[in-house]
Amino acid sequence: MLGLERKDFVFLIVVLALTLAAPILLNPFPENSALAQFNAGYPDLMQRIAIFAIFAVGFNILFGLTGYLSFGHAAFLGAGSYAAMWMFKLLSMNILPAIVLSVLIGGLFSLLIGYVSLRRSGIYFSILTLAFAQMSFNLAYSVLTPLTNGETGLQLALTDPRVLDAANNSGSLPDTALFGLAMNSTTKVEMLGRVFQFNVGYYVCGLISVLMFYVALRIFRSPFGMMLRAVKSNQNRMNYTGLSPRPYTLAAFVISGMYAGLAGGLMASMDPLAGAERMQWTASGEVVLMTILGGAGTMLGPVLGAGFIKYFENIFSKINETVLHGWFSALPHAIQDPLVWLAARFTGEGWHLTLGVLFMLVVIFLPGGLVEGGQRIGGLFRRRKTDDPEHHPKRAPHVAE
Amino acid sequence: MGILEVKNVGKRFGGLQALSEVNLSVAENTVHAIIGPNGAGKSTLLNCLVGKLIPDTGSVLFDGKSVLGRKPHEINQMGISRVFQTPEIFGDLTVLENVMIPCFARRDGAFRMHAFERVKAEAGILEQAEKMLSDLRMLEKAHLHAGTLSRGDKRRLEMAMCLVQEPKLLLLDEPTAGMARADTNNTIDLLKEIKATRPITMAIIEHDMHVVFSLADRITVLAQGTPLVEDVPENIKGNPKVREAYLGETQDAE
Ligand SMILES: Nc1ncnc2c1ncn2[C@@H]1O[C@H](COP(=O)(O)OP(=O)(O)O)[C@@H](O)[C@H]1O
Ligand SMILES: [Mg+2]
Repeated sequence: MLGLERKDFVFLIVVLALTLAAPILLNPFPENSALAQFNAGYPDLMQRIAIFAIFAVGFNILFGLTGYLSFGHAAFLGAGSYAAMWMFKLLSMNILPAIVLSVLIGGLFSLLIGYVSLRRSGIYFSILTLAFAQMSFNLAYSVLTPLTNGETGLQLALTDPRVLDAANNSGSLPDTALFGLAMNSTTKVEMLGRVFQFNVGYYVCGLISVLMFYVALRIFRSPFGMMLRAVKSNQNRMNYTGLSPRPYTLAAFVISGMYAGLAGGLMASMDPLAGAERMQWTASGEVVLMTILGGAGTMLGPVLGAGFIKYFENIFSKINETVLHGWFSALPHAIQDPLVWLAARFTGEGWHLTLGVLFMLVVIFLPGGLVEGGQRIGGLFRRRKTDDPEHHPKRAPHVAE
Repeated sequence: MGILEVKNVGKRFGGLQALSEVNLSVAENTVHAIIGPNGAGKSTLLNCLVGKLIPDTGSVLFDGKSVLGRKPHEINQMGISRVFQTPEIFGDLTVLENVMIPCFARRDGAFRMHAFERVKAEAGILEQAEKMLSDLRMLEKAHLHAGTLSRGDKRRLEMAMCLVQEPKLLLLDEPTAGMARADTNNTIDLLKEIKATRPITMAIIEHDMHVVFSLADRITVLAQGTPLVEDVPENIKGNPKVREAYLGETQDAE
């Protein structure tokens, strides 16, 4: 089925079902209840999770399979966003041409950077990609201002030509759409004391992410995917087996660059804006964190990592001191104030501190990421542990490896 | 003319003449051993054959074509496979995958973007790999991670990976160095079995002449970078020149 084995096909169907039902599944708490703030069924958060899942799944094809750790993939994401914005400005608000161009630009740009960076391996490769990405950031931020609009970022304007679209006399900026279906249109359904939001943009991102997950699954199970694992395992043996590792790594690099470009294009399609900060090293680091936190080299890991980080980022950054005082209000002031102070360091703006601690804990205690955590819990329930190296690599790579 | 013709090869490392005027001819379907004391230049010579080093002078012809200036993977594609001193395998992959990779390399060349085919649907490749594993009696280990195998099994797997390519020439660099007695004997038996069951041309680099004695059709003794004698094993053993070459180092490591 679809060129997949039965097991993988079922896996794909489950992922598809979860994606379709996400607006319901992620809204488990009734409106107005104290727990409602832990709901995640908001279009904008779900879009971000789907987009970052695409970014991380692509990154995992490079890092998880070949072991080449790029610290510059945000450059391709940013380039994809700019490419999409130019399509919105010049051609049409239809997201299709924008997405196609963002993938192409992501691919071209990664071909260029990959070709040079892959002359080295290990830490030197990582540093090269980091340097290229910082160069791209600086170019976008200042030098290429006519293309990127510098620090303000690229935005829509009423004066944009948009040659394919009908003249716009409404006086307001047009919305991004897919053949007339606006990305920001949402159907709200009230049911069981909850408000479920079914948003067009989310479903576009979600379905594309399932499609990209499927593509990655095919790559993982292909001879090409096996060669990528061989690259990670022993390049010397590859050379003396008549194989040339370089084109394999370059192909993986370009594929992951196209995934990043696609993610960037979708970001701009959901919110027509593109700024240089999307290319900064912190953004490159984020996808590394997602992949390792979820479980590098596994199919589900990057998706889990993206969902986990984006969800907790959203929840934690909403918790400010007022919320905390509310939680601890039952306690006497002498205890409440220091507790709130302490908790506030880890929430709101301090969310990155929590993320850092979590990341350290995972790397130290669960080197295989959340997927390994899930397997361990699963192992407690199951007596017999099935050993399928493809689905569950023995031990996911350590960052430093 | 042999399948491998080494003519007048010389290689210098700074002030050290590691190889000089090396002439060697390996005939098809024979086992040719190159032995010599430590530092004789055996590994240097082998590296000149596989593209890791480029000799300063002379020529290396394989199957009538020069190998000089070609990359290791190109030389492998010409038909030379190599077994390393410490087995080089894909430790993170399964034993079966380890043997499938050379099958793909042989069928598809140095690079092919087969990203949408399915490994498990490659019936021909699977069959070939499984047949090879069963020939070397490793089929029951097909789904183990190669990195978990014993040293002797790793060597066996590496041999399987090389043999499945059906190389025109198989090069072995000290295949028993650092092995325990039992593993050494196993490896010798394996090599004998391979020689007896299929047409194969092998060149074995070895320090210890006893290892290759019963295996080789011809032996070249290398000393200080130059071939000393080349003959059938029986005549090598008693040769006073060979004794002399080995004499200086009998107290060494062994
Ligand atoms: N890459 C190198 N650089 C400098 N000298 C080398 C290099 N490789 C080998 N040699 C020297 O060349 C000589 C032959 O070495 P080698 O071919 O390894 O001998 P063998 O394998 O017969 O023990 C030795 O003296 C060794 O120190
Ligand atoms: Mg040596």
